[in-house]
Amino acid sequence: MDKATRGILLDPLHEQNPITLQVLGICSALAVTTKLETAFVMSAALTFVLVCSNTTISLLRNKIPGSIRIITQLAIIASLVIVADQVLKAFLFDTSKALSVFVGLIITNCIVMGRAEAFAMANPPMASALDGFANSMGYSVVLIYVALFRELLGSGKVLGSPVFASVSDGGWYVPNGLMVLSPGAFFLIGLLIWVQRSMTPTLQEAD
Amino acid sequence: MKILRDTLDKFEPLFTKGGKLEKLYPVYEAADTFLYTPGHRTASGPSVRDGIDLKRMMIMVVIALVPATLFGMWNVGFQHLRATQDWNLAPTAAPFFECLLYGAIKFIPVYAVTIVAGGTAEAIFSILRKHEINEGFLVTSLLFPLTLPPDIPLWQVAVGIIFGVVIGKEIFGGTGMNILNPALTARIFLYFAYPVDISGDRVWVSGSGSGEWIDGATGATPLAFFYSNGNAPEAMAAADSLSIGWFDAFMGWIPGSMGETSTLMCLLGAGILIFSKVGSWRIMAGCGLGMLAFTLLLNFVAFAAGLGADHYTAVSPAWHFVIGSFAFGSIFMATDPVSAAQTNTGRWIYGFMIGALTILVRVLNPAYPAGIMLAIVFMNVFAPLIDHYVMKANIRRREVRLGLQ
Repeated sequence: MDKATRGILLDPLHEQNPITLQVLGICSALAVTTKLETAFVMSAALTFVLVCSNTTISLLRNKIPGSIRIITQLAIIASLVIVADQVLKAFLFDTSKALSVFVGLIITNCIVMGRAEAFAMANPPMASALDGFANSMGYSVVLIYVALFRELLGSGKVLGSPVFASVSDGGWYVPNGLMVLSPGAFFLIGLLIWVQRSMTPTLQEAD
Repeated sequence: MKILRDTLDKFEPLFTKGGKLEKLYPVYEAADTFLYTPGHRTASGPSVRDGIDLKRMMIMVVIALVPATLFGMWNVGFQHLRATQDWNLAPTAAPFFECLLYGAIKFIPVYAVTIVAGGTAEAIFSILRKHEINEGFLVTSLLFPLTLPPDIPLWQVAVGIIFGVVIGKEIFGGTGMNILNPALTARIFLYFAYPVDISGDRVWVSGSGSGEWIDGATGATPLAFFYSNGNAPEAMAAADSLSIGWFDAFMGWIPGSMGETSTLMCLLGAGILIFSKVGSWRIMAGCGLGMLAFTLLLNFVAFAAGLGADHYTAVSPAWHFVIGSFAFGSIFMATDPVSAAQTNTGRWIYGFMIGALTILVRVLNPAYPAGIMLAIVFMNVFAPLIDHYVMKANIRRREVRLGLQ
């Protein structure tokens, strides 16, 4: 693996993480992370949309007129999101209901538009696909971290099965209501950003 | 006393640069300056000679809190006695020391846990970040237990205060840098994380879970009562379970958090804070004005819309003044010198908005019956912005005066 590919694949996981460094895609990171299961499905849906949109846009990049490129990108992304949404409705109806509008809202997810505009418009299809995949992974890692802690602390469960026996079931764990609310995700993301920047001081902005 | 000074001096080299315990210097420094006036002086001019520093200032707040704390302890015992023996027990007839002792047994463990857990968090950050352990925590650690219900589980107290100290203060760089009031941050955390133990009708009188309560006893606070039954002395008098008059609420022998029920004791504290110029009277007055203005507006709306005298919007300003920790919040919490507005005009605006928002949340938001906590933290966030515009306006005024604009 040469250095450039390596950069494309690894940077979004840490040094250019879309959520913790670029602070994109926060909306869904707050909304769908009360349970681990929804976070997994959301990550999968975003990965599908981002890889396909990056590839398609990269293939068309020399044909898209500059003045209407945003509309073209949106049309492509929107079509892919509809496909993802319909597939979820057909095969994972319950999860799809739990995700409600947030699958549809992938259209407005800044990561998808951002990668299309910043990378796919200027790079060949293979690199763009890799870039889409890597950024989805960067997003998914954070989503899964947040969802894991929110589900564990908020209801004492992981993937729906009890880990800490909660008081209502006769156990010892008192579920933390703050974790079920959106601010809980804010705190978790904030703490992750804190840890990440303390470990890698080069990521800290100057005052 | 000389022995104490000598002992401190003897151990000092251990903690200063190059000493064995160099890393623990903040701990030594805290103990030293807590006992003695710091020996270091301003190295360069301009310097002002003044006996007051942050430590003396914070001590004044603690002194101002003493009446509310002592009364709160007594009240915890009194409410418990009422609920378990005689619901119509008169405050003057209650055995004074028995009540005080019961309250102390409830309050002191909560206070001790706050000091130990929060103090440890503060000390760890002081050592890592190399700043002083600050007396600011002395105030935080006393304010926080006073806002809690008597039967709160102690582990929640520990989790709450650690959250308050770390997220509310240390993340921003420690005392003086915090945006939010740490004691309130801790309480808000508990309020949202463990609502069962810190809201509702059952938690405000000690011993509700034990089954010792007599018939007719209730832990509802006047605020909770107004909230579910609408206005009023009339409705209140009609309900046997809650025979609380305005004077009772003003004196503070009503169910509530451990140290906030008595408006009188808070006003006493306000007197100390204003007399010693530690607390800003502008903020306190602003809170009062904001509350008055917004309540009168609501009263007018209630009157104009024909909602009737028993609607929640028709509750008088006099009642709002004595219930729901309004006095405690606006006197001790809103005036925190770090998180409040710093300019005099800004203080009026900041206080006014706290008062108005308190009533807005209390009366019009169905989800949160108590408003002062949320209002203060919300305005904490806006305080720097208010100051910014106050200063901008001042600069513009002077420029106009000088003909520069």
